[in-house]
Amino acid sequence: MCLAIPGRIIEMTADLPLAVVEVSGVRRQVNVDLLREDGIGPGDWVLIHVGFAMSKISEDGAQEQMRMLAMLGEDQQAMDEIQGYDFGREP
Amino acid sequence: MKTTAAQASAAPASQLRFRDPQIEMAHGAGGKASRRLVEGLFAPLLGGALLEPLADAATLELDGTRLALTADSFVVRPLRFPGGSIGELAVNGTVNDLAVSAARPLALLVTFVIEEGIATATLEAEVRAIADAARRAGVEVVGGDTKVVERGNADGMYVTTAGVGRVDPRTRCAASAVRPGDQVLLSGPIGDHGITILLARGDIELEAELRSDTRSVYPMVESLLAAAAADVHWMRDPTRGGVATALNELARDSRLGVVLVEEAISVRDAVRGACELLGLDPLHIANEGQFLAVVAPAAAEAALAAVRSVPGGEAAAIIGEVREQPARTVLAAAAYGGTRVVDMLVGDPLPRIC
Amino acid sequence: MQAMRYVDEFRDPKLIRQAAEEIRRLVQPGRHYRIMEVCGGHTHAIYRFGLEGLLPENLELIHGPGCPVCVLPMGRTDDGLALAELPGVVFTAFGDVMRVPGTKGSPLEHKARGAEIRMVYSPLDALKLAQSDPGKHVVFFAIGFETTAPSTALTLLRARQLGVRNFSVFCNHVTIIPAIRAILDSPGMRLDAFVGPGHVSTVIGCRPYEFITEDYGKPLVVSGFEPLDILQSLVMILRQLADGRAEVENQYARVVPWEGNLPALRALDEVFELRPYFEWRGLGFISQSALKLRDAFAEWDSERRFTVPGIRVTDPKAAQCGEVLKGVLKPPQCKLFGRECTPERPVGALMVSSEGACAAYHHYVHRVAAAASPGP
Repeated sequence: MCLAIPGRIIEMTADLPLAVVEVSGVRRQVNVDLLREDGIGPGDWVLIHVGFAMSKISEDGAQEQMRMLAMLGEDQQAMDEIQGYDFGREP
Repeated sequence: MKTTAAQASAAPASQLRFRDPQIEMAHGAGGKASRRLVEGLFAPLLGGALLEPLADAATLELDGTRLALTADSFVVRPLRFPGGSIGELAVNGTVNDLAVSAARPLALLVTFVIEEGIATATLEAEVRAIADAARRAGVEVVGGDTKVVERGNADGMYVTTAGVGRVDPRTRCAASAVRPGDQVLLSGPIGDHGITILLARGDIELEAELRSDTRSVYPMVESLLAAAAADVHWMRDPTRGGVATALNELARDSRLGVVLVEEAISVRDAVRGACELLGLDPLHIANEGQFLAVVAPAAAEAALAAVRSVPGGEAAAIIGEVREQPARTVLAAAAYGGTRVVDMLVGDPLPRIC
Repeated sequence: MQAMRYVDEFRDPKLIRQAAEEIRRLVQPGRHYRIMEVCGGHTHAIYRFGLEGLLPENLELIHGPGCPVCVLPMGRTDDGLALAELPGVVFTAFGDVMRVPGTKGSPLEHKARGAEIRMVYSPLDALKLAQSDPGKHVVFFAIGFETTAPSTALTLLRARQLGVRNFSVFCNHVTIIPAIRAILDSPGMRLDAFVGPGHVSTVIGCRPYEFITEDYGKPLVVSGFEPLDILQSLVMILRQLADGRAEVENQYARVVPWEGNLPALRALDEVFELRPYFEWRGLGFISQSALKLRDAFAEWDSERRFTVPGIRVTDPKAAQCGEVLKGVLKPPQCKLFGRECTPERPVGALMVSSEGACAAYHHYVHRVAAAASPGP
């Protein structure tokens, strides 16, 4: 149900809806019928499952997510810093 | 995995632990089922009480010299694939079994079971491949046998090789010699052979620039022994069942644990890509040109340098170490602290979609 | 060795440690969290990446029934194998199915006894096989949730378009929402939140989960499958719980569209309809929870081209597959786990399917009391 791998479209074949996708140097023909309305082409990254492209991978979405993940640590650093401040505590 | 014959008479049928009613592909895959077959059927009938754990070769003592004896069958389909053919596998496979028994390969016997109707050119190509591989490995083919079977059998041809070698007297490799703290060395990237064969069969329609890694590992072993013979405690070539199976055999036979560092294990991009696509674990995939060695910690640096100095050994690495706990278990640890058990292969590695 | 794009970034060790620390900070001491990951792929990932070891003691992950092979009752496997035994039939299925036990053995065991059984990597392969061998009838044993069903649908559309007559599908596709509802309605099941299935959602989108937040007040975060995805989803869940919110959130936004995949949903609608009811291992009979081929595709429906025995087979009494599937028991709590039931000799499908909780546990979790410290 869940094994789906990101791959990059290398070329659209003459035998549409087949496209050639590459994963880490391995090439495979994949059916892109489910994404044709989105308009996909060489260079796009897609999620592959049982020989079909299920979804287009959003580079922006991935970067946004990485930014949020990086911030997880930053929030705490900011908090640690604030807690270190001495706002005129009672002696 | 081979059966070493020990003394004592054969066990009666009632003592056979192997109870499967029929033989299946899994029994030849090199993993748990294979081991059950050997331990449960072959060993009791051929050897009686098992005095030694199963190893890649049998050792015989002859007038103070230890000889290693081994045999292997090759049933690969297709016969030719990127990086080699059945002939090369047949030579290198047996040479490697001798090498990891710390033996200098001396001579091979080669037997053929050939399917009726196969083109002479095909057979000739394999005989040439055997001659070339033997020459490269520095071993002589001194005899053999040939049979022909009816069309439809033997997948073209089956080849069996038997080999003899002289065991290096400076070393004693056995699971019993392994100690906690020993370092695990792997000679190079894994998974090349198994994935190449899988793709060459054409069932999957994946394409990749991959070649079988079939080669003799003896030059690397020779260099290793020259640098650290007394400190090499155990060696194995991770063929069917992969590194996972070989190390699990070590863990069980030595009753110790092995902890691997995931990032230290070298896997080519294309092998990784194919494994991710198919849901396979590179640790379970067959290799035909690599070996594992377990060495004492003090000798690890010298051992690694020795293997790396041999052309083809540049990617050798220390991939883990032996620990007392968890006993009989192989673990892999990731850089962020997550650990998982690396199990022995169950049957043939099957691609998954889930 | 090059990094695998869209995979390795989400396995960054530093970020994983950071996310794990954030989870520790967010859990309230004294509160015991029970979070269900619905999808078997998540169960597999959690064990494969050793994520449970990174989580605090009071955060318990409950494994859900999202393993399409595991929830299939043995009778359906028997039905499929009955087709495999018919002369002139080639039985095709994914690798996941090959070791699932039927009453008279697994597909691999049937193959060893002479049945024509072939593993395929895509339903399109099965169709191609039918085209290349007109003398045989190719049956495709279709399994999977909504992630996989569209592939079967598109393959059937193509079979009809090409007029391939020696091909049929034995359809065992199931749908995830009724399973989640059955879990929520299980008496005695106490859950705080859900990690939602990532790849099913690429097809159905995020809306179908809204009943969970609205009617049951539990948060659900649709999650990806890399370690960072799962950990980030747990962070999002814990934040919701701390805030007293119950919303559907999409952690896997780089891949999951909120509205789902329209062409996929259209293909599903064109080819399939819902069975009135279907039996699930562990969850019993659930209405409108499984797919069958519409009448327009009767010719490509194995159940109409052939007769299957349709005999209901209950699991062996001692096997507790159902309870493990519902998350009531953890795999090692089943009496047969690791003893009579192992990956080599499985009693139930959970020990065989790579998504099955029992298989994942058996393969990846160490079997000793003492935890090993990582790294040499």
